[in-house]
Amino acid sequence: MILEKIKNIETRWIILFSGILGFFILAIIDFEIFKNASSFFWETLLRIIPILIIVFLMLFASNLFISTRWIAKYLGEDSRFKGWLIAVIGGIISSGPIYMWYPLLSDLKEKGTRNSFLVAFLYNRAVKIPLLPLMIFYFNWPFVLILTFYMIIFSIINGIVVDNILENKKEVFKV
Amino acid sequence: MLNNASLKKSYLNTLNGFRQFFPILIGILMLTSIAITAIPKDFYNHIFIGNYFTDPLFGAIIGSLVTGNPMNSYIIGGELLKEGVSLIAVTSFIISWTTVGIIQLPAEILMLGKRFAITRNIISFLSAILIAIFVTATISLI
Repeated sequence: MILEKIKNIETRWIILFSGILGFFILAIIDFEIFKNASSFFWETLLRIIPILIIVFLMLFASNLFISTRWIAKYLGEDSRFKGWLIAVIGGIISSGPIYMWYPLLSDLKEKGTRNSFLVAFLYNRAVKIPLLPLMIFYFNWPFVLILTFYMIIFSIINGIVVDNILENKKEVFKV
Repeated sequence: MLNNASLKKSYLNTLNGFRQFFPILIGILMLTSIAITAIPKDFYNHIFIGNYFTDPLFGAIIGSLVTGNPMNSYIIGGELLKEGVSLIAVTSFIISWTTVGIIQLPAEILMLGKRFAITRNIISFLSAILIAIFVTATISLI
């Protein structure tokens, strides 16, 4: 599934090479910023290891238990409320950088998950429950509540809009 | 029914998927680290000038370019607020930080498809500005 998705091996190596090249250029231009970037890189990498393990386990569980039939029922074309609920709650409780979740989402997409649910999941990542105390510290309760409310509403609107745009393009191509 | 064969197959599928994803993860993380540390803090003060129209736009643009963990966006956003940057700019900044990703766009295209990734990022960018306007308008009403 994922292997089929990543057929273009060159691109992933280009992304890695771009990062290495960026660090190399930074080391030449400004060694102090290079040191800061290096420590930021290692700190972030260490911090995301537990999340990587969670994503690995979830992907493993997805490969093992989640069938295309299950996807069709809860996250497929005909699913409605439960699908939105899974996407919104999943997006809120998922932690770490957005790109950490691409393998799992790619797998779910491959199995037939609606684009709108993937969009809703990805959009509900600005508000994180474990980080709420930090957010309240910097902002305040009303701001956090209002922002959360709009984020959830817009995640659904965005899901519908993206889905419609992609579907319309398909129809145009068909014509 | 679970058996050793299906367990092994699922494990190997997951492991192979991760092996493919790992260079992308490291590459994106490196580029993000450069983007975050290379931009001096006072840069933001020069960009946000208190304009009701340009501030959310620039907030969304910077948030889209410099992406990462939501925690970093709260900290930077909070510090920007203390420095006097408008709430509307900070709001669009923290939303686009987590929902739009120019740096990780190649990875998203690779994993989720070109049309999906580009459409989602454009819509998310526009939404970041809209939500920032709605949030600040709602706060000013209460």
